[in-house]
Parts: sequence; structure tokens; C-alpha cells
Amino acid sequence: MSESSGRFKPGDRVRVRAEDRPGHIRTPFYIRGKSGWVERVYGEFLNPESLAYGRDGLPKRPLYLVGFRQAEVWEKYETAPKDKLYIDIYEHWLEPA
Amino acid sequence: MSVDPSAKQNETTQEHGHPHPKHELSYHAKRIYAIRELLLEKGVVTREDIQAQIDYQEARSPANGARLVARAWVDPKFKARLLADPKAACAEMGIDATSLNEFVVLENSEKVRHMVVCTLCSCYPRPILGRPPDWYKSFNYRARAVNDPRGVMREFGQELGADIEVRVHDSTADIRYLVLPLRPPGTEGMSGEELAKLVTRDSMIGVVDALPALPGSRKNA
Amino acid sequence: MPRGHHDIGGTTRDAGPIDRTEHQLEDWEILADAVNQALGARGIKRTDELRRAREEMDSELYRSLSYYERWGASMENILIEKKILTREEVDRKVAEFEKKWGEP
Repeated sequence: MSESSGRFKPGDRVRVRAEDRPGHIRTPFYIRGKSGWVERVYGEFLNPESLAYGRDGLPKRPLYLVGFRQAEVWEKYETAPKDKLYIDIYEHWLEPA
Repeated sequence: MSVDPSAKQNETTQEHGHPHPKHELSYHAKRIYAIRELLLEKGVVTREDIQAQIDYQEARSPANGARLVARAWVDPKFKARLLADPKAACAEMGIDATSLNEFVVLENSEKVRHMVVCTLCSCYPRPILGRPPDWYKSFNYRARAVNDPRGVMREFGQELGADIEVRVHDSTADIRYLVLPLRPPGTEGMSGEELAKLVTRDSMIGVVDALPALPGSRKNA
Repeated sequence: MPRGHHDIGGTTRDAGPIDRTEHQLEDWEILADAVNQALGARGIKRTDELRRAREEMDSELYRSLSYYERWGASMENILIEKKILTREEVDRKVAEFEKKWGEP
């Protein structure tokens, strides 16, 4: 996997766009608007949100492994302060935090 | 799995002699047979295409993943390769992972446990582990794995202390994840083959640890 | 926009215990799986499209169908969308099978 592309690098703080739009979306509802950090850069992939409609998936989108602290994602999370949640998120769903 | 039922049916000229398992088929199940037949008639796919997919999937099972894990436990250099380039490590073990877009192995430790879910769908490393179990595809697992992973683990019989970090991976994209469970204590001296028996499917999804060493198999403990 | 019926991470509706019963796949389920993969191997559809079709299904239907029933329904819709087959053709073929298999 090529790790050169993309505007974010590991350690960058990012916020998931709170955007709410129709169509095939790979960013789960529960994580929109939440902040975390880039754990890993996976490289560029065809955009599934375009492929889902029979289109070509271009341009490719950088994909990141984004980490979140569970306590910051859920209002009620059991007392385990180290627990984390990791989600694969495409760049167009992220903004600098 | 038996071969494609209609293939049998055609070999026996008429419907005579073909088994009648279809009596209790649901509306949607019948439509699968209809779609298959139409696709064959139209030449969109062939019987061989379909049979090849059945054979491919039947050849996949958690035993593949267990071999990877057991080897990683006994061979630190292999473990390093498995973590750095999982697809190449699979090829080395004769496991075909080429159909995976990206494959990532998550290593558990005394202090960290990983657990994998796909909340939006039911994505799963099928080329390595075969088809996912029903519970993995259930709405309850998909809903709870992300905000109640410890509760899920408890249901699977595992209680983790708060000092252990639980990392849930929601696999929303093209990356497929396999958990490399912790090697159970007391397994020193066990062979790779014996160790592989301790590596359950569920431990590679991450809802539980690998099985404890069987009392009889402890060698140098 | 309400959240999609498939987008259930963290929802309270599904917060109950996990049913860990496993069932042996039936032939039609194995067939649904294999036909789907064969279409993919031929480049006729992508999983992304089937996922979208499942997301566009009626929500009550999505909840009530079994896993491979959802696969079948989404596969049918995508094949119709791509004009590879029609709903009527599938209906006719089902009727033909029912007659042949001795059903009403």
C-alpha cells in the first residue's frame, strides 16, 4: 500500500464531518462529528461511495485508520479509560481538528 | 457441500430423480434458484463459475487462520512477517489471500485486546476464515461491538480487567482484519499443530482469547 | 436524513443479547453466496453496489429477511437495474419451478 498520499499523517488530530447526506456512505452515523487521531495511513482506494452506483470510483481517496477514545465517543461507556475505537475513514470525511 | 443441485438435475435428463429439497423453500430462496437459472440461460455466468465459487469458499475455514497464528506463536520471524506483510505471510503458508484488497493482522498482548466488527454490513476476512458465523452478522453484534465490547466479551465468557485496553476495529472499508490472539500460558513446548487447536475462530475475531492449554498437552509447563 | 437501517453501530434497538446459535447453511444459501461471487468474478457487479441495494431496501424488509435473503434480494435488484434480467422473468421462472416441483 502506498503511504505517500493524503493530507493527513499519523498523529494528526482529525474530526469526522458531521455531514448528513443521502446515498451509500462508509462513515458510520455514530462517529460523525467526533474527534480522534490518524493512527495509520492506508494509501489510496477507489471510492466505494461512487462504486456503489456503478461508477468508476475515481478519483481514488486516501483511507486512514482513525483512532478514538471510547469515553469521548459514547455518553455512557463503562469505566475503562484506555479503551479505543478504530475506524477506517476516507479522507473526504475528515477535517483537521 | 454437495454440488450445485441443478447441475445434478441436468445430468439426469428430466426432473425425475432429482431430489426435492425445494418444497420448503421460502419466497426469497426460490428466487435465488430462478436468478441462477436465468443467468445461466443468458450466459451471464456458467455452471463452472458457480461451482468454482462453491469450491473456493468450502476450502476456507478458521483452520487456515489457526495455522497462521500457531506459526506466529512459535516463530518470531514469521510473526514479524505476518504483521508487516500479512498477504505475503499467507502465501508462504500456502493460504491464498490474493482476493483481499488489504489484510491487516492485529496483535494482542497482555495489555491490549483487539475485536473486529463491521457495523454497516458484515465484512469479514472470508478468504482466510471462510464464511462468517451467524452471530457476527447479527444486528446485536453489529450494534454492540462498538459501544459495549466488554459486555460482548462477557457474553462469550471472558471478563477483562479495566487495566487491559480494548481496541475495537469497525471495518468500514476495504481492509480486512484478523486478530492474532495471545499465546496461552503453559503452552511452551507444544507443537504448531497442537497450538493451532487452541486458536478458535472467535479468538481471531477477538471476542475471546485463544483456548487455555489442555492439561494433557502441557509439556514443559 | 434519518440514519440508514443498516447503520446500526451503537443503537439501543439492537442492544440485546447476541444469539450465538449457528445454523448449517442450506443449499440455497450456498447458492446465493456462490452466484453472487461468480457475478463479482465476472466483473458484473461490485459488493459496493449490493450493499447500496440493501441500504435502499424497505426498512422493515431489511430487518425481517435473513442474511442470504438480503443478499438475494439485493442481487436481484442490481441485476434488474443493470438490465440483465427483469422482475417478470424471475417471477415467471419461480412459477415454472413451482409447477415442476409440484407446488401451487
